[in-house]
Amino acid sequence: MPESGIVSEPASPLARPRRRSLAERGFDGVTLLVLPAALFVLLLFVYPFLYGLALSFAPKTGDWLANYTRFFADPYMYRTIWLTLRLALPVTVLNIALSVPIAMQVRHMRHQRLLTTILVLPITLGTVLVAEGLLNYLGPHGWFNRTLVSIGLIDRPIRLVQNYWGVFLSLIVTGFPFAFLLTLSMISGIDPALEQAAATLGGRAHQRFRRIVLPLIIPGLAVIFCLAFVDAFSVFPSAVMIGAPAAETRVISLAASQAAFEQYDYSYASAIAMIMAAVQFGFVAAVLGIRGLLYRGPAGGGKG
Amino acid sequence: MAIASPDFRELRLDRVSRNFGALNVLKEISLTVRRGEFIALLGPSGCGKSTALNCIAGLLSLSDGEIWLDDRRVDTLKPEERGFGMVFQKYALFPHMNVRRNVGFGLQMHGVAKAARERRVDEALSVVRLGAQSAKLPGQLSGGQQQRVAIARAIAVEPPLVLMDEPLSNLDAKLRLEMRAEIRRIHRLLGSATIYVTHDQDEALSLADRIVVLRDGEVRQIGTPQELYQRPLHADVAEFMGFRNALAGKIVGRSGDDVEVDCGVTGRVSGKALEASAGTDVLVAIRPSDLVPMSDGPILGKVTAMEYRGEAYYGTIASDGGQELFFRADQPIALGEAVKLGAPADRVLVYAGKRDRV
Repeated sequence: MPESGIVSEPASPLARPRRRSLAERGFDGVTLLVLPAALFVLLLFVYPFLYGLALSFAPKTGDWLANYTRFFADPYMYRTIWLTLRLALPVTVLNIALSVPIAMQVRHMRHQRLLTTILVLPITLGTVLVAEGLLNYLGPHGWFNRTLVSIGLIDRPIRLVQNYWGVFLSLIVTGFPFAFLLTLSMISGIDPALEQAAATLGGRAHQRFRRIVLPLIIPGLAVIFCLAFVDAFSVFPSAVMIGAPAAETRVISLAASQAAFEQYDYSYASAIAMIMAAVQFGFVAAVLGIRGLLYRGPAGGGKG
Repeated sequence: MAIASPDFRELRLDRVSRNFGALNVLKEISLTVRRGEFIALLGPSGCGKSTALNCIAGLLSLSDGEIWLDDRRVDTLKPEERGFGMVFQKYALFPHMNVRRNVGFGLQMHGVAKAARERRVDEALSVVRLGAQSAKLPGQLSGGQQQRVAIARAIAVEPPLVLMDEPLSNLDAKLRLEMRAEIRRIHRLLGSATIYVTHDQDEALSLADRIVVLRDGEVRQIGTPQELYQRPLHADVAEFMGFRNALAGKIVGRSGDDVEVDCGVTGRVSGKALEASAGTDVLVAIRPSDLVPMSDGPILGKVTAMEYRGEAYYGTIASDGGQELFFRADQPIALGEAVKLGAPADRVLVYAGKRDRV
């Protein structure tokens, strides 16, 4: 909490020691401003989460763990974890792998604003609109296939929607700008003098990247990975609209949704949601754990 | 000492120019730096001195002109192919590498085997007297220590040329003096050539064999510290070398190199005024330390400020000509009091020209 520099005179001399010790610990009038946000988090996140957790241990039938044993006994259910990971992991890795080299090129560009504006668009459009657009564009009668057929590259339209690749591409379209903008701001934060110094010392472009830039951005990339991964892991609209929701893109959020709104088994749906949270948490914890082993200091070149 | 610069004779800048858009930041700079020389590029901020250094290092490309290292043209090479050592203003140490790895980076890039690398890192660290800190990260070092690491890193690859971009400007006054002596010592030890960018005339005078004064992207004067200090070629160079007082006037009489100016001062003609005769517009330049109260002093004025600087008092007058002038006095003079100031003729420089930007 920021400490306010102005502390009003206490009303009585007796009140002084107590006032001061609170202020020293960072509590003062400004601290109260955190209350609305704390209340918001408590009501809209912590309470529903705990409620869902409790609900998941109160199944319709069977003992308190019945929902979980049911989930892991049914391949149709537990395979959703794998199906979701199969989408979320490659998409996240690819988004970051694309972001880094492009950000390296773009950071010195003059019309950066224009590019970032264009890239923000898919984020603002939302997943539903993007999925619909891709459905038309990549569908059997869409421009993409028609162009390829007309120039003779393929004989008949290739299948890019209602399957894994449709969802994959839509996640790239919506996820890339997010990963890119974060990566760009991070790479722009590296003092250009560091690379110049490396160059005068004989480091070629690839060596400068591998030995100077990469070590400095990897901790940040780990955080971006976590954010992008969680985002992709909770994929829902595009998996339904542009994927094959009954088969290869039956993602875990879809399973939870079906349990809740088709079978009206909120308890089971809560259990699935908890499993989903556990998987996400596991990956985030692993990535951040590895990050903890790396250099995480400032990316500047000294005291400047 | 095992660190020795490889053989080379000279670095030659031939009409080097650099434009940023329509702005000519460097205008046809020509300069030859010989092996073992310490060259200071001196000038006010915006004069193009850092641009010149970056052009030599290869961090900026030239708009025109050539740079030669003996028989090899280097301005077309990338910075990593030139093999010059560079010390940056903000050190630019790699924050994620410890001191050893920072210093060894250049050797590693040049493919020096590990054993030889370790030995040369040790040597470079001992040159800058930092052996004990070798396992620390840059963030754990003081500013002066970071600067030493930056120097060690630049010299570890044994470059023919070391480039320094205002390396002391981030240090406090005491450390600056200390590091100045260090830089001089290291330069002598290596025998390589050093090009040192600074806006501080004291630094340039004390370090350099030759000083190159730049202004608005042009070389104004190249000379030894003594030449520049005693005989600046132009009024603006003189001002930069500490001749803070500039009086405008016309020549009224001349005997030999001494001319009398209508503001009452007698001085020695310099630069382009060498051929000047009576009636010529001139600028008279005097250092504050040479302008002192004297009973028959030609410059009259009232004291407006006085400050004690240990060896003497320094004051300001508003002259009767309506100008602010700086002078030296052995005794304090009360504010508002009228004084007569004068300077010995051999300490007064007279330049042809009218007052434009002084």
